[in-house]
Amino acid sequence: MQELRELAKKLLAEGAVKVVVGYAEGRQGVRPIFAATPEDADKLIFDPRCVQNLATYLSPRRAHVAALGKLAVVVKGCDAMAAAGMIREAQRKRDDFVLIGVRCGGVLADPRASAAVTEATVAARCPGCEVREPKIVDHLLGPLPPAPPGASALDARIAELDAMTPEERFAFWTSELAKCVRCNACREICPMCFCVRCVCDKSQPQWIESSPHARGNLAWHMTRALHQAGRCVGCGECERACPVGIPLSLLNRKVARVVAERFDYVVSDDPEKPAPIGTYRLEDDQEFIR
Amino acid sequence: MSEATAKTTEAKAGAAFEPRIAAFVCNWCTYTGADLAGTSRIQMAPNVRVVRLPCTGRIDPMFIIKAFERGADGVIVSGCHPGDCHYSAGNYHARRRFAIFREIMSFIGIDPNRITFSWVSASEGRKWGDVVDETVSRIRGLGPFAGYKNLVEKTHAGA
Ligand code: SF4
Ligand code: SF4
Ligand code: SF4
Repeated sequence: MQELRELAKKLLAEGAVKVVVGYAEGRQGVRPIFAATPEDADKLIFDPRCVQNLATYLSPRRAHVAALGKLAVVVKGCDAMAAAGMIREAQRKRDDFVLIGVRCGGVLADPRASAAVTEATVAARCPGCEVREPKIVDHLLGPLPPAPPGASALDARIAELDAMTPEERFAFWTSELAKCVRCNACREICPMCFCVRCVCDKSQPQWIESSPHARGNLAWHMTRALHQAGRCVGCGECERACPVGIPLSLLNRKVARVVAERFDYVVSDDPEKPAPIGTYRLEDDQEFIR
Repeated sequence: MSEATAKTTEAKAGAAFEPRIAAFVCNWCTYTGADLAGTSRIQMAPNVRVVRLPCTGRIDPMFIIKAFERGADGVIVSGCHPGDCHYSAGNYHARRRFAIFREIMSFIGIDPNRITFSWVSASEGRKWGDVVDETVSRIRGLGPFAGYKNLVEKTHAGA
């Protein structure tokens, strides 16, 4: 913690960055803080409540953040993958920002909780995580905690869905997605939803029906899942932000698996590895095409 | 497809189930192949309405969603064989996108058999006829897809 605060103060004092984006105590657990002064820097913390993916503040669509000047951002491995994704897809340049990496032992599902990271409290994305020591960062802080406990509940749930009949899956998703109120919180929080103008906001022609009925919602989420293929870093922020509890991580992780199986691509914090969409191989499988 | 064809399909809709199929095809290969099928007077089911696009790379999966929203029972997506794309690589990019989109549909619970993907070249008029006939009979077997169009009614959040 002290290491983090000292580094933040140093970066600010040297003028290397204008603002350090990190975590601080809030009224309801941990919240993001934009530290621009030494006093603010002294509020920085990192612990398993630091759930939020702060790399989202690097999104080029956040012009008001960009206007603050150069940022340093505190990133866990999953967050670092989002920063790398923005570089990979030519949204930002590596020199545009400073990444302060923190070694991670998994986070809690809920940043308001104050529990130990156990099988019961761990965030769904963490078990099995392979990026607990991000490589792309400029600084890497803290000792490496033990690996997050348990196995992925998401994988188990996906297996259950895969085992259902198509009718059962359709019933499951339509009843889940019928709850969507189209608040777009999932999109707004997502570091990889970086389009300045989202296709779901376009009205001439209107590809995605904007009324929150099951049909428009299905179109929105199928399209978003497709647009996140090879992009989504699995940070789970979309699902956490969703006010009605739609299990978006299931869809995202399913797509990530398809991309891994078909195109041998796993999202990483290596920005040089080309994205699977926008590239192709002559020998890509085409068993579904006659 | 001609207006006459469309009318025939409408007229039949009230009676036995006649699938309504939307086909999104590329200009250079499949559209030309379908044209050849017509000029060669190859017989095929009249259930398909063709939308011509410059390239398979331009066929956004949202077109498929929109077709189902508007009441299509099935969809055909077809373009140039690998190696034949007029723009060199549009079909390779499309192939990746559709591979993923198909899996998303299937995971959501939409039967991927509602969609035919094919490569049909400008000289394959016969193959186009086969693709159409096979798709129509498969969709006939699956029945109408009103469940998707009518999803508007399955709403708890208000519309
Ligand atoms: S996914 Fe990995 S890096 Fe991200 S919070 Fe969980 S354990 Fe940490
Ligand atoms: S889609 Fe969700 S899980 Fe994936 S990067 Fe965006 S917020 Fe994170
Ligand atoms: S956050 Fe939830 S309710 Fe809001 S648009 Fe996304 S899925 Fe729908």
